Amino acid sequence: MTAAVEFRAVSRHFGPIRAVDGVDLTIAEGSFFAMLGPSGSGKTTCLRLISGFEKPTGGVIRIFGEDVSNTPPHLRNVNTVFQDYALFPHMNVRDNVAYGLMVKGTPRARRYAQANEMLALVKLDAYGDRKPAQLSGGQRQRVALARALVNEPRVLLLDEPLGALDLKLREAMQDELKSLQKRLGITFVFVTHDQNEALSMADSLAVFNQGRIAQIGTPQDIYDRPATRFVADFVGSSNVLPPDLTRALGGPAQWASLRPEATRLAATGAITGTVTALRYLGSATRVVLTAQGPGFTGTEIAALVPTGQPLPAEGQTTAIAFDPAALHLMEAP
Amino acid sequence: MTAPAILPARSAADRLTGLFWRKPNLLLILLITPPLLWLGLVYVGSLAALLLQSFYSIDEFSGVVKEEFTLKTYAELFRAQNLDIILRTLLMSAAVTLACAILAFPIAYYAARYAKGRWKAAFYLGVMLPLWSSYLVKVYAWKLILAKEGILSWATDATGTGFLISGLLAIPGLGGSSLSTSYIGTFLVFTYVWLPYMILPMQASLERVPASMLEASADLGATRSQTLRTVVLPLALPGIIAGSIFTFSLTMGDYIIPQIVGNSARFIGLAVYQQQGTAGNIPLAAAFAVVPIVIMVIYLMLAKRAGAFDAL
Repeated sequence: MTAAVEFRAVSRHFGPIRAVDGVDLTIAEGSFFAMLGPSGSGKTTCLRLISGFEKPTGGVIRIFGEDVSNTPPHLRNVNTVFQDYALFPHMNVRDNVAYGLMVKGTPRARRYAQANEMLALVKLDAYGDRKPAQLSGGQRQRVALARALVNEPRVLLLDEPLGALDLKLREAMQDELKSLQKRLGITFVFVTHDQNEALSMADSLAVFNQGRIAQIGTPQDIYDRPATRFVADFVGSSNVLPPDLTRALGGPAQWASLRPEATRLAATGAITGTVTALRYLGSATRVVLTAQGPGFTGTEIAALVPTGQPLPAEGQTTAIAFDPAALHLMEAP
Repeated sequence: MTAPAILPARSAADRLTGLFWRKPNLLLILLITPPLLWLGLVYVGSLAALLLQSFYSIDEFSGVVKEEFTLKTYAELFRAQNLDIILRTLLMSAAVTLACAILAFPIAYYAARYAKGRWKAAFYLGVMLPLWSSYLVKVYAWKLILAKEGILSWATDATGTGFLISGLLAIPGLGGSSLSTSYIGTFLVFTYVWLPYMILPMQASLERVPASMLEASADLGATRSQTLRTVVLPLALPGIIAGSIFTFSLTMGDYIIPQIVGNSARFIGLAVYQQQGTAGNIPLAAAFAVVPIVIMVIYLMLAKRAGAFDAL
């Protein structure tokens, strides 16, 4: 099976700034792929390299096996849902959705029929005559989605499409996007800086840091076995243990990660420390202690205490016990 | 330590700001009254006086203005010689507006989309600089450029391209003995003088078209020229209309350029000038002055009908 999108040693440098630096990437056909990273990590530039709005300064990009280095955006069979939706304000919703068909010369009756079909798919069939300014943020987002999908792209690119929506709507749209992707079987490439969004929606994801991919894998891989300190830090809220602490726990002198939910408070345990903060999260309370020991005094370790169990007081000394299998060794950076 | 008072002793200024806070409309009225008076009395008032004058007529024997309501003066506009003036002005204004729009678009587009920092400053300076020098100086400079023994014919003669100018001047109805005494000359000078008034509003409206809009269009499969026609132009149209209002009405009202560069055929501005001056026919001058207003109103109505302001 050919990959939907393939990057081979792709770079995009802006003068001295290496926005994307030697990225290798394979996105399987029909998958929901997320690009996750903080702002400025190169994920959006990677998306723009796929759509053709940026040209690589090095390397090769293939879409379904074809080298697209010299293909302008309007000739690529990929479509984008823009972060600001970029709906055309002077056209009504139906004309917006039919735009891609219009520029390809589809007759009016046919393109309107297809546009109406797409609007029905995103449950906006009653809104065809409205202008984008008359819609809510969530509705505009759906119009942008319909406008991209009507062209039957083989790859759909989504640039932080849910960023502007409030939490409730965002969760609803996450479910909707996921089920839409399953139903249509189109490859979705989704850029986000929200780790929960990436973990819950993607089949596989790439974590970006400073223009490079820090780790690529399934959400479970990334969450359970972060490759680097950066990934452990950025994805979820893992404890990052310095080499001295890992050694004190019986492991090699190497950086390691330990998920808070794999830990529990105990009278005696592997790590002792002073409780410095308690944060109530609803279903549990996050207890942060400052560890004490040779080489790692001052390291903060968090444990999750399920609601209903006794909590320590701030300033109290306590220990943390954990399942040794939950300790995961990492490379340093 | 005593806590500071919640309501400290108040000065007169505090009381005044308090008053404005309680009655926000009061401040608004105070601020807006002087400009409103200026606009209402001086501006609209004089326009009304002009309109009134145009409904008076002149006694043909005594040359005294009869202050009675009549449409006789307006009827005079439809005499062949006056219709000629109106038609000539209309065509010239339309040609100048079209030429300005065509010349301004690439400049405005470059400035709005590509120019950054220093280049942007250079753009503004380049567009505005001609406006800082006297209009008369520029028009006379053009007369020297376009004159029979001027720099342009000297340059074309020296390069052996003089036939281009003689070809232009041979066009019946537009040509003449030299560029500076032909409609072509008048047109060139008008286009030069009013170009900045087209570039600036056009640039402002193009700047408001987000880059993502153009990318979305390309992403959906549109070529550059399709994007230009279906996205950029419609979105920039309010600015283009604003610019064309300037170039159109400025050309229609001008009476100096046709006197200096051209074949001494009369335009509306010149007719107004002569009617109220030498001829002393204030009502006819006023009626002439109403013509550009009517034309502009019709123009804007047509533009609105065509959806030019839908993107606003």
